[in-house]
Amino acid sequence: MNVLTDNFSTYWEGFLGTVELTVYGSVLALALGFLMASFRVAPVGSLRVFGTVWVTVLRNTPLTLLFFAVLLGLPRFGLVLPFTVFAVLALGCYTSAFICEALRSGINTVPKGQGEAARSLGMTFGQTLSAVVLPQAFRSVIPPVGSTLIALAKNSAIAGAFSVTELLGTYKTMSELGYNIVWTFVWIALGYLVITLAISALFHVLERTWGVAR
Amino acid sequence: MAVDPLIELQGVNKYYGELHVLRDIDLTVGRGEVVVVIGPSGSGKSTLCRTINRLETIESGTITLDGQPLPAEGKALARLRAEVGMVFQSFNLFAHKTVLQNVSLAQVKVRKSKKDDADRHSRELLQRVGLLAHAAKYPAQLSGGQQQRVAIARALAMDPKAMLFDEPTSALDPEMINEVLEVMRQLARDGMTMVVVTHEMGFARASANRVVFMADGRIVEDRAPEDFFTHPRSERAKDFLSKILKH
Repeated sequence: MNVLTDNFSTYWEGFLGTVELTVYGSVLALALGFLMASFRVAPVGSLRVFGTVWVTVLRNTPLTLLFFAVLLGLPRFGLVLPFTVFAVLALGCYTSAFICEALRSGINTVPKGQGEAARSLGMTFGQTLSAVVLPQAFRSVIPPVGSTLIALAKNSAIAGAFSVTELLGTYKTMSELGYNIVWTFVWIALGYLVITLAISALFHVLERTWGVAR
Repeated sequence: MAVDPLIELQGVNKYYGELHVLRDIDLTVGRGEVVVVIGPSGSGKSTLCRTINRLETIESGTITLDGQPLPAEGKALARLRAEVGMVFQSFNLFAHKTVLQNVSLAQVKVRKSKKDDADRHSRELLQRVGLLAHAAKYPAQLSGGQQQRVAIARALAMDPKAMLFDEPTSALDPEMINEVLEVMRQLARDGMTMVVVTHEMGFARASANRVVFMADGRIVEDRAPEDFFTHPRSERAKDFLSKILKH
């Protein structure tokens, strides 16, 4: 029981590490997801192909493999960054594929006439997407995007295996110090719960404010 | 007859896969002219209307607007589309924007008007279609007829050279059709160039300069309305008119 109070600073560091990975990873995933979803519905064929390849490759690669590829692969091409940044890159890119597909399904729920009306008024593809289609698509993708970001928070545990400070990794320190493994994991699980429930709450509010009225 | 052609289609062909929906269409619409396109469903009249601002691409032929050929894609096409207003069967008002925002949006985005100027212009147009009192409402709170009048105001907000109407009253309850037709009659009286795909024969008779009758992707007749309705030349048109006028 006192495993938490005795090692609060270790837990806290791990917790902050996971929060950091989740926040930066989410921002990257949302930005890239938006971009890739725009690519996949763009009138330019090469952009559509790029978006499709991006999603297919990243969605079908096991995340651990992607971590290996980023953390061990990129330095070979002379790109040396802190491990945390690599972890955010891997998590963000991986999750962006799922965000992209959630957004695209949202875009498909917006009736075709909305885009046609915007185009017939002389709006460009970018204006049509940003002022007419995405704001309406956004409402219907709040729930799936929330789920995807919760998955990202939990996937961040993999970064611990690559010596990035995060919540799950703290168990190694605790077990070396001889603490009861069950209680160690209970507190770790509660830490994740705090993060995922916070994401749930945020998306609940978003849905109440922006969601489709039925 | 058309002294000053604004919209010109020459040898336009369009296919949906195997289906040949537009066959060698030649059509000229003069400035200030009101052309009503009628015909049985599946005759290609909606497609014809949509090719004029390239919501539908064509396989061959040329379309020119005010002397300029329609650009294929991109900013040039967007600029040209802004010059041609379009009114759809299903209204297509932006569901997440208020009536006022619907009319103002493209003025700000496309014409780069200041928001205040755009809103002032929008209020004038809403006044003209009799809906100023509803400016703050969302489309879903309006009746079909009201939504379609807003859609007309939204298209007019770009000060278009011509207006395309793709079956503007087909999705409306009978009692709302007239309020929309009244706005269209007023536009026609004001000298707007209009291409109207419709089943409203009364409107065609009263407001059109020409009636274009289409069947199976071809223009079968292109004549003055009174002529066409009283003495249709082709069997196809006679058959069509006998079906819709006798009930």
